[in-house]
Amino acid sequence: MSQTVMADAAPRDAAAPTPTLRRPRLPRWAPAGLAALALALGCGIGLIGGLDSRIQWGLIAAVLYVALTAVLAGAVEGARQAKDRLATSFIWVSFLLAVIPLASLIWETIARGVKVLDGYFLSHSMNGVITMEAGGGIYHALIGTLEQVALATLIAAPVGLLTAIYLVEYGTGRLAKAVTFFVDVMTGIPSIVAGLFVLSFWIIILDFGYSGFAGAMALAILMMPIVVRSTEEMLKLVPNELREASLALGVPKWKTILKVVLPTAVGGITTGIMLAVARVAGESAPILLLVFGSAQINANPFEGAQSSLPYYVYEQWANGNEPSYDRAWAAALVLIAFVMILNLVARGIARWKAPKH
Amino acid sequence: MATENPPAPAGPTRGATRKGDRIFLGLSRGSGITLLVIMAAIAVFLAWRAALAISADEANFLTAFEWDANADPPRFGIAVLAFGTVVSSLVAMVVAVPIAVGIALFISHYAPRRLATPLGYVIDLLAAVPSIVYGLWGALFLVPHLTGLYAWLDDYLGWTGIFSYEGGAARSLFTAGILLAIMILPIVTNVSREVFRQAPKMHEEAALALGATRWEVIRISVLPFGRSGVISASMLGLGRALGETMAVATVLSPSFVIQASLLEPGGGTFAQNIAAGFKEAGSMGRDALIASGLVLFVITLLVNGAARLIIARRKEYTGANA
Repeated sequence: MSQTVMADAAPRDAAAPTPTLRRPRLPRWAPAGLAALALALGCGIGLIGGLDSRIQWGLIAAVLYVALTAVLAGAVEGARQAKDRLATSFIWVSFLLAVIPLASLIWETIARGVKVLDGYFLSHSMNGVITMEAGGGIYHALIGTLEQVALATLIAAPVGLLTAIYLVEYGTGRLAKAVTFFVDVMTGIPSIVAGLFVLSFWIIILDFGYSGFAGAMALAILMMPIVVRSTEEMLKLVPNELREASLALGVPKWKTILKVVLPTAVGGITTGIMLAVARVAGESAPILLLVFGSAQINANPFEGAQSSLPYYVYEQWANGNEPSYDRAWAAALVLIAFVMILNLVARGIARWKAPKH
Repeated sequence: MATENPPAPAGPTRGATRKGDRIFLGLSRGSGITLLVIMAAIAVFLAWRAALAISADEANFLTAFEWDANADPPRFGIAVLAFGTVVSSLVAMVVAVPIAVGIALFISHYAPRRLATPLGYVIDLLAAVPSIVYGLWGALFLVPHLTGLYAWLDDYLGWTGIFSYEGGAARSLFTAGILLAIMILPIVTNVSREVFRQAPKMHEEAALALGATRWEVIRISVLPFGRSGVISASMLGLGRALGETMAVATVLSPSFVIQASLLEPGGGTFAQNIAAGFKEAGSMGRDALIASGLVLFVITLLVNGAARLIIARRKEYTGANA
């Protein structure tokens, strides 16, 4: 654009110096240079001021960077550009600020978790282990987690799937609207409230004991809305032409849904269910209330206390000594790995089986 | 549109519902109703046990500063818990929302495309990290690393009273708030990013054509479009923060007092109190905890409902994601 304007203007007053339409700009390397300068200054101030927390060094550097960029840009490029730079640096800083704790979380878990993580740890329970001493493992917790999550999935997946089918294929009118709204609201139920509900009705009123199944019911309540949501999204992606073609051939609606709609969306539905599994596998609050925790291997989820991975982490942390902390970190690492693998596999399936249209 | 519609097919196709269809419809409608029944049952059962507890309560349930539910007569109140829950969630919101909006903008508008997609994935994965892991990290890593920051806050802002700090472990409501902020960052970021990405490209290009800088483009066309989305994202995050149990239970050292200073240990939240008090609770103690859980349930219900209504309204008015 500036080219044409220049060409227009040039012949008329050739004598006058060609007016420059470009405002002065900071060189391209300026942000990187300023960042390095700010970081150096931050560390310098931290060292000289004797601040022992690295978090403070970082914060000082961040503030310095934002201020330096804004002032320099304001002086060279003008107020609007300065504002733009300020926004850019705010956005970069916020990104870095967020990355640091999240990266530290993953790093700490891996670094401290590998210490006691080995075959023995995975294949032994805490039965008879003195918590002050090293040893013991998570076998009982692994069994507990797997059984509770499997039971929860068995309850939640069919209900969630059918609800989603109802909402997409049949749902019109007040009932569907109410279900949609409450599914949304249900997504936000705190896990501890789901736990308290099962506690009040299953354990206090119906007088059953603590068991893996009680925990699974609470997990199922947490899973259902997630399954409904994701399945609904997937079913909506199935092109209507497929349904119409099938119905036009005289196939009954239920068969159309079972044989045409569901197979088309099966990848996405599996993904949704796996993500829901990953989400509830990390829940510890309902387990604390309903499964109660145990140091022994109990393979029967319908009878007696069990443990679970997230609960195990909490329990070991609560013991409050170094060998227990080591076990807690190792269990946390196993838990994260489990959840991440579920997530990655789920996303892989979603990509592989994505409905094409 | 079509003026010569053929007469609608009469009777047979509509009336002759097959048996399989009826069963299938019944099943799927039944599942939908099951969900509603569960929601209702949660409210009813919690309210029932809560009513028992509150009627036996010798202290004022809403204003008492104590929790002796296992004593005879039981005395307990939720004032401290309500205060702690609100304060820690507010700290989390104040810290997390601007940063989350920043990251969302970073991913949707600032980061190079090649970086943006993997970043989106990473944020997705971080949203899946179990809360107990955040709790463990918070208790064993974050708490010791915050003492320096707190001493600094005390030096410069101690005069306000809310930021005074006497040293000791940083196991306060403020720490809980920071940890909650880190935990809700991924969710708030994810939802905001989706909304920002849907901002109409034409508006952005129009703004660019008028010579707007990148920030002006975002301010003029992206943020107004995404405002309600960001609000509802924050409220979803708030719902999460309000109900978070294990992370708060691990970093907070609870007590039934309201501290003027946010940095001093003490206080408690609804969820944390339930987790901490459950194992020692007798039958009255459990009912009292259920009563506090009911309050938490109602609060999160209101917050989440409001968030959903905002999203729904936005859909109606802007016609986005039709």
